[in-house]
Amino acid sequence: MATRIFGSGIRRREDPRLLTGTATYTDDITLPDMLHAAMLRSPYAHATITRIDTGKAAAAPGVVAVYTSADIEGALQPVPCAWLLPDSDLKVAGYPCIAKDVVRYTGDIVAVVVAENRYQAADALDLIEVDYEPLPTVSDPESAAKSGAPQLHSDIPGNQAFHWVVSGGDADTAFENAEVVVKERIRQQRLIPNAMEPRAAVAQYNQATGELTLWNTTQNPHIVRFLNSVVTGVPEDKCRVIAPEVGGGFGSKIPVYPGDFLTVFCAKTIGRPVKWTETRSEGYTATTHGRDHIQDVELAGTRDGKITGLRCTVHAGMGAYLSTAAPGIPTILHGLMLSGCYAIPAIKEDVYGIYTNTVPVEAYRGAGRPEATFMIERLVDLFATEIGMDPVDVRRKNFIPRFENGHDTVTGLTYDSGDYPAALTKALDHVGYAGLRKDQANALENNRYVGIGITSYVEICGLGPSQVAGAIGFQGGLWESAIVRFHPTGKVHVFIGASPHGQGEETTFAQIVADEIGVDPNDVKIFHGDTDTTPMGWGTYGSRTTAVGGAALALTVRKIRDKAKVIAAHLLEAAVADMEYENGTFFVKGSADKSKTIQDVALMAHLAWNMPEGVEAGLEASTFYDPPNFVFPYGTHVAVVEVDIETGQVNLTRYVALDDCGPQINPTIVAGQVHGGVVQGIGQALLEEAVYDENAQLISGSMLDYALPRADGLPDIEVLSTVTPSPHNPIGVKGIGEAGTIASTVTVYNAVMDALRPLGVKQVDMPFTPERVWRAIQEAKGS
Amino acid sequence: MFAADFEYYRAGSVTEAGDLLQKHSGAKLLAGGHSLIPLLKLRLAVPETVIDIGRIAELKGITVSDSTLRVGPLTTHAEIAVSADVRKHAHALAEAAGQIGDPAVRNRGTIGGNVAHADPASDLPTVLCALGASVGVQGPGGSRTIACTDFFQGVMTTALGENDLLTSIDVPVAGRGQGSAYAKFSHPASRYAVIGVAASVTLDGGRCSAAAVSVGGVVPAPVRAGSVEQALVGQVLSDEVIAAAAGAVGGDLGADEDLLGDIFASADYRRSVTPIWVRRALAVAAERAG
Repeated sequence: MATRIFGSGIRRREDPRLLTGTATYTDDITLPDMLHAAMLRSPYAHATITRIDTGKAAAAPGVVAVYTSADIEGALQPVPCAWLLPDSDLKVAGYPCIAKDVVRYTGDIVAVVVAENRYQAADALDLIEVDYEPLPTVSDPESAAKSGAPQLHSDIPGNQAFHWVVSGGDADTAFENAEVVVKERIRQQRLIPNAMEPRAAVAQYNQATGELTLWNTTQNPHIVRFLNSVVTGVPEDKCRVIAPEVGGGFGSKIPVYPGDFLTVFCAKTIGRPVKWTETRSEGYTATTHGRDHIQDVELAGTRDGKITGLRCTVHAGMGAYLSTAAPGIPTILHGLMLSGCYAIPAIKEDVYGIYTNTVPVEAYRGAGRPEATFMIERLVDLFATEIGMDPVDVRRKNFIPRFENGHDTVTGLTYDSGDYPAALTKALDHVGYAGLRKDQANALENNRYVGIGITSYVEICGLGPSQVAGAIGFQGGLWESAIVRFHPTGKVHVFIGASPHGQGEETTFAQIVADEIGVDPNDVKIFHGDTDTTPMGWGTYGSRTTAVGGAALALTVRKIRDKAKVIAAHLLEAAVADMEYENGTFFVKGSADKSKTIQDVALMAHLAWNMPEGVEAGLEASTFYDPPNFVFPYGTHVAVVEVDIETGQVNLTRYVALDDCGPQINPTIVAGQVHGGVVQGIGQALLEEAVYDENAQLISGSMLDYALPRADGLPDIEVLSTVTPSPHNPIGVKGIGEAGTIASTVTVYNAVMDALRPLGVKQVDMPFTPERVWRAIQEAKGS
Repeated sequence: MFAADFEYYRAGSVTEAGDLLQKHSGAKLLAGGHSLIPLLKLRLAVPETVIDIGRIAELKGITVSDSTLRVGPLTTHAEIAVSADVRKHAHALAEAAGQIGDPAVRNRGTIGGNVAHADPASDLPTVLCALGASVGVQGPGGSRTIACTDFFQGVMTTALGENDLLTSIDVPVAGRGQGSAYAKFSHPASRYAVIGVAASVTLDGGRCSAAAVSVGGVVPAPVRAGSVEQALVGQVLSDEVIAAAAGAVGGDLGADEDLLGDIFASADYRRSVTPIWVRRALAVAAERAG
């Protein structure tokens, strides 16, 4: 039997164009007569604008227009927040495309220059005169929530964007009765996504027809079109949004941005195409950041290792304004997942979303779940230490037992399927856990500090269903759609609403089609990222595109298979009930020679010379798939580190990722997603941190200061898996885009703390810079 | 990210470069571009004139005479890192060049640009000071030679005059029993040296007859660690002797307020762990000497 294409690690069809530099990104779009925009951004994190003079800039060579707040009045509505968290006293601050009177972070736009080329636009920025009166600033969410803190928005007291609570069971009683309580304060430092491709927009507006085309580097072009109609007033039917090649997003290309709408405004007002591409510096100071939590967590348990309760308070920095999806990240995608892989009877969490004089915070790979996984997995380790048990044994003792079809957590979720103990066992067998612990003890005798970190995680992704989206205030649906069109020769076009941007789904989607109907994957072309040619989709984030979009696609192909079977039966003069299908061929049961291939049927369906009664010509179908539940991938990760206690440098020597994302369509792509995800999480543990100074100036605002992980500092990542299908997904799949990041930060964190335990080090803030580790060691020695 | 306007000239020879420098006051020289171009793009440098010396053939290449390894200032870090001559005669220089930035930087960046720019976190100045190197300079008044220990004067400050051009970097070839090494605490983002230590030791009859240790990264310009050097000369270089000598480096680093620090590593921390990097450089140098 031929190898099944579903499950085959074929090469990504995207790669030849990406690797040879022939792919087209937004910045590669060049149109006749095109102008270039540049944004003047506030150098102050908080200030009153007392005067702006654009005269010199407007008169500079090549400058076509300079716009300030007054020019967009009435023409551009505020940037909307689209996750209106219910029952949280949510207060959405007005987010103007150009700051009016007050600037609230150092990326706030004060003016826009449009010029014949980018150099002239940059020159003119320097000629705009702005007088500012600085105001007091605050950049960390806990300080901003205190009384007396500088206030960002006059109508929002205490800088509080929302207060959200999740509660299940009786946590307070659990703590009253607890034999053991462990507490920890965790800083989920602010991170900067650093997609390889900067944000960019090209807008072309036909003043005669009122039609707009917007090329935009986005994870969700249909949402951009939707919100663009709200902000710029260009109706959806006259707006085409194209996300060409998108060079990574990691969440930062979910939201809509002032710069994109201003580009549209400029093109519409001037009547010439306008391009805006952010500089890398703007990528730091004006593209959304991630994380930024201060978490106070406590765990209640028994002396013999049973977890009885979890209580936490989180101050989540939201930045100066609420980005498009921001309120849902530290709440729905975070608080609901606090139970992790464990049967915890009582959980309570308070989350305060706080405005600060910083870049707005959005989803960043994992979006809420890394912060939740970190809490529970860190506390499990601390609990184990406190009661003198091996952290592995504590995990085993509290695991939700294997389940195939639904497990309800105390936070109100129903996990789909999982076998957490099996994942842990397989990962520990692979690393030889007992041996590792022996090696660790031997190393310590030689004054070498080796640490082992183990994480069992479960995460929520495949975002849907829409009914839940509505209930949690998400201002959109969470279904996905697909249109599959056969051509007369049996070649296939797929039009899909999802918008992959580096995840390789042009390949995996083709594999789904090939698997469902027996065509060669090379005969399947995938169209995505263009609102004029694809059906509506809600975007690629929350590891949902394969789970939801892929399911929509599979169901669509099944519709075609059903129709093809009817046509084949008719052509073979057989009853439909007597037809069988295998590998792209329909045949009469018991007589394999009486058969029609899908290509035969496609041709006959198009010729339509001899169609069954009541069956339309053509071979095409569409599906709008709204999933019945989220999917819940899980796994166990193991990290081994060695700490140089003289300098504080951490060396990650081994990393094992065991992930269960259900059946894998393309294991090579899965491994790639795991690699990238794990590395981004390692970045948070060891390297990355957005640092604001006392004036809320971003002082880690370039690649000279902001350390990203690089290949030469990493071990080979050992990728393993178990396979547990999701019971509700038509092809059984779960997501894998974020799993690596969700697990790896705390895995590495726990490993480093394990290494430092013999020295008496109790707590170190991330990232583990050598100085932080060294200081923690000095302090522990001193005490 | 978009440089301001400037006039661009390409010099075909040292003489022509000198003439262009005389003619265009305040002009900046462009070699590999890895120091100047980032400054231009951020508009931290806004020169009226840029003189491209990157194609002057007489400034390229590595030659060895009896006592001197001569490196042309336009020689790239990558060329230095893989040069058998450099490895043989000035091991620490090859070692340091191979740790600069990343392959793309090493393939374009030049030793001359690096030395003239004099970034305190740069690797090569530290090594050149330990190896007793000197630079050849062509100026309006003729040519002259400057010892590297005199050349580097502070943060991005050198003995080069307005219209001077570097013409050579001269390193004494390693003598019998001499070994050198470079130990680097690399910044994880920039790959510049948080602390860089170059050490050269000469062993004669099992004892250290000469030692030179230079420290960079933590100080505005490389400093020679005289206390460490003195503690080594005449000794058998055991681990204990090396560790004890390295511990003396604190006294050579200068005043606390002059030490460099940043959000990644404070001056205080750098000072505290510098002895460890001195010890590591010395251990390797001693092994290579022996």
